[in-house]
Amino acid sequence: MTELSKTGAAVGEPTSASQPPKAFLEVRDLKVHFPTDDGLVKSVDGLSFSLEKGRTLAVVGESGSGKSVTSQAIMGLHRLGTRGKNVRMTGEIWLDGKELISAAPGEVRKLRGREMAMIFQDPLSAMHPYYKVGDQIVEAYRVHHDVSKKVARKRAIEMLDRVGIPEPAKRVDGYPHEFSGGMRQRAMIAMALVNNPELLIADEPTTALDVTVQAQILDLIRDLQKEFGSAVIMITHDLGVVAEIADDVLVMYGGRCVERGRADEVFEKPQHPYTWGLLGSMPRIDRDTSERLIPVKGQPPSLINVPSGCAFHPRCPYADIPKGNVTRTVRPELEQVSTGHWSACHLPAEDRERIWTEEIAPKL
Amino acid sequence: MSETKKTDEAVIPQQAQAPAGDSADREVLLRVEGLKKHFPIKKGILQRQVGAVKAVDGIDFEVRKGETLGVVGESGCGKSTMGRVITRLQDPTGGTITFDGRDITRLRTGQMRPLRRDIQMIFQDPYGSLNPRHTIGSIVSAPFRLQGVEPEGGVKKEVQRLLELVGLSPEHYNRYPHEFSGGQRQRIGIARALALKPKLVVADEPVSALDVSIQAQVVNLMDDLQEELGLTYVIIAHDLSVVRHVSDRIAVMYLGKIVELADRTSLYEAPMHPYTKALMSAVPVPDTKRRGQKSERILLRGDVPSPIAPPPGCRFHTRCWKATDICRTTEPQLLELRPGQRVACHHPEDFADQAPQDTVLLSAAKEASELVSTGAAAEPAASARTDTAEEPATEDDAQAKPAADTAAEPGADAAEKPAAEAEETAGAAAADEPAADAAEKPAADADVADEPASDVTTGTGADADAEPDVAKESAAAAEAAAGAGATQTGPGARTSTGRAGSEAAASAEEPAAGTDSQESTGK
Repeated sequence: MTELSKTGAAVGEPTSASQPPKAFLEVRDLKVHFPTDDGLVKSVDGLSFSLEKGRTLAVVGESGSGKSVTSQAIMGLHRLGTRGKNVRMTGEIWLDGKELISAAPGEVRKLRGREMAMIFQDPLSAMHPYYKVGDQIVEAYRVHHDVSKKVARKRAIEMLDRVGIPEPAKRVDGYPHEFSGGMRQRAMIAMALVNNPELLIADEPTTALDVTVQAQILDLIRDLQKEFGSAVIMITHDLGVVAEIADDVLVMYGGRCVERGRADEVFEKPQHPYTWGLLGSMPRIDRDTSERLIPVKGQPPSLINVPSGCAFHPRCPYADIPKGNVTRTVRPELEQVSTGHWSACHLPAEDRERIWTEEIAPKL
Repeated sequence: MSETKKTDEAVIPQQAQAPAGDSADREVLLRVEGLKKHFPIKKGILQRQVGAVKAVDGIDFEVRKGETLGVVGESGCGKSTMGRVITRLQDPTGGTITFDGRDITRLRTGQMRPLRRDIQMIFQDPYGSLNPRHTIGSIVSAPFRLQGVEPEGGVKKEVQRLLELVGLSPEHYNRYPHEFSGGQRQRIGIARALALKPKLVVADEPVSALDVSIQAQVVNLMDDLQEELGLTYVIIAHDLSVVRHVSDRIAVMYLGKIVELADRTSLYEAPMHPYTKALMSAVPVPDTKRRGQKSERILLRGDVPSPIAPPPGCRFHTRCWKATDICRTTEPQLLELRPGQRVACHHPEDFADQAPQDTVLLSAAKEASELVSTGAAAEPAASARTDTAEEPATEDDAQAKPAADTAAEPGADAAEKPAAEAEETAGAAAADEPAADAAEKPAADADVADEPASDVTTGTGADADAEPDVAKESAAAAEAAAGAGATQTGPGARTSTGRAGSEAAASAEEPAAGTDSQESTGK
């Protein structure tokens, strides 16, 4: 096992640094730091993962855990305009054999929208209110395809139809404010998919929507993924959505990955106390209501002063189990628990097993 | 309760009335009858009223002492307006609100003031609901100041006690809201609401702005406080899992109306209104093992219609897969169909049809049952769900499309009628062909399908009336039998069972079928 795979950088594939990996998307030791007057905000602090085409990776975590910053880093959105000066990004992001962090802005620009596209949380602010929905889709298409407006418009109508907007030929000339929330989100998905991107990043695509509309949108994303075979990164805080749609799960806390693995394994045998906390604090429709919720005590950490050692230790009920002061002094690295299932926790495996099966699982 | 007495009580916050045992016997604290709130739409120089947003349009419910009533619904269904009207932050357009035996509908601001002690509100946005220029101490002590109450031991001591009660440190007294996180702010809002020991607390989305782990802290806190202080809650939220967790009874709202009001268990285990059922089925469950059961999900088409011009009759008929002609013309009343479960629907799930003579689906409903698929027929067969019912569906993918068309009609009928007995299945099969013809044309409206289909199905409706009990019991068995029969006899029988037929519809539905056909008809 190489150094890299020990830290969970490459699952199985031992690759030396700056060699293009075999995986479709691979993020290695990504760090995104923002210098501010108050100090250095370490939004993402050493994150590694990989993703294959046709799979869906869900990134879960509380607000401020770095999940959105990660997705923006992959899209290269931090380097735009003046904001590029206020960010320190290190690490590697490999997309289909190309490294993105060191690439020239023009190179990334060619990929953005074509090979990778993003669905934002709030479609009303992500779309331009002055332009017709169709024109915005046409623009997205013509940036990457040398076609006439007429052809692009036809393509836009086709996409609107594909995402389930009724009367697409009419709605193509509508403005964003004329669409309802669910329709706008569909239009946004149409815009993101117009160039058949191979990587689709959805940043809380359903958080602003009602549950009935959420179900429609999740179904749509799932169907489209099947059809186009793209890789999807789904950023969310709702574990219900994760269970619904994800193949793999990455749990983030304080800018780092604390647990990663196949979705069924993470739900079945979660290995990190934070994941337990997330599962325990969710009211579930299939859970006995007489059970009290098991909240995670305390507050999410400040990203300027991330707690020493394990960032979760001030909130972890089991922080005192490992011997010595290790949880407070040593930062736990990701370790493989079972094939493809990684967790960063100082708790000995047998303790974790015991706590999960005896204390946590029965209460869920 | 007289005002003076109340003042005394507010001095020493002690144990209030303990929550009574049986919720049905509890005293009614708040009764709402025919409550309406319309917001006028004005236009032109003269500002003439040209219409109204019917945010709340005639709702009835009561809240009993010590219980928690949850109110759920999609955005725009009027649940927040309802909360603001019952606390008299907004004036109702019509109806009456009775609080603790006193009609408070038309009380003036001055008359309301003493009552404000008893009715408090927790707001959704912990950032917007705290004045950034006031310290926590002044925010939480405001209720004492405004009501002229002098708690025992002084205001400051009492505020610090309240802060401790909600899990904050008394030293936070002199801090400002911006120094707190969202969860802590929400606790401050709760402390303020509890300062005067209210009888009723209306919480509008108390946890939706918070992170999951913090959400649980606040939910547990509200739970504890209810037990400790004997509070009565009305909790308004869009998150069905949260509402289920905290509520004793739950009201489901749709477009300004309550469509179902029931205790928690009945509502979540046996929802009777199709809308409730659809809502429940859409809630994602954090369990990967349930992913395979996607077919149980009912996907509603489109969005909620505009509350400016709500659809006539049943407001849900434009999106409902069971809608028939009566749904378009007659508004269903909120009736207690089962003990403790009130439903406003002509064709409730799992229960004798309220309008059995009316069996012809609206064209909208046909589309819904084709595209929305399994949901339509899922209910009666859910318990008797067998593998046999699924097999023919998947086998016959090739023929599934025509099958889907024919299935829409008799399929939904069979599902609706509890009396789906063997003879009836045969009858429906006979009706199959004419109905199929009609349904195949995309524009097939109720009129065309009307005659052949209703002949057969009204008969079964009468059956349902005659022996509802027997019918109900046998329904599940009949469904199972029908499903099994389908495996043997092939496509013809399959479409007639409804269950298998619409399974086929489900698999036939190509991904592209996600069009919101409903939307266009709805508007």
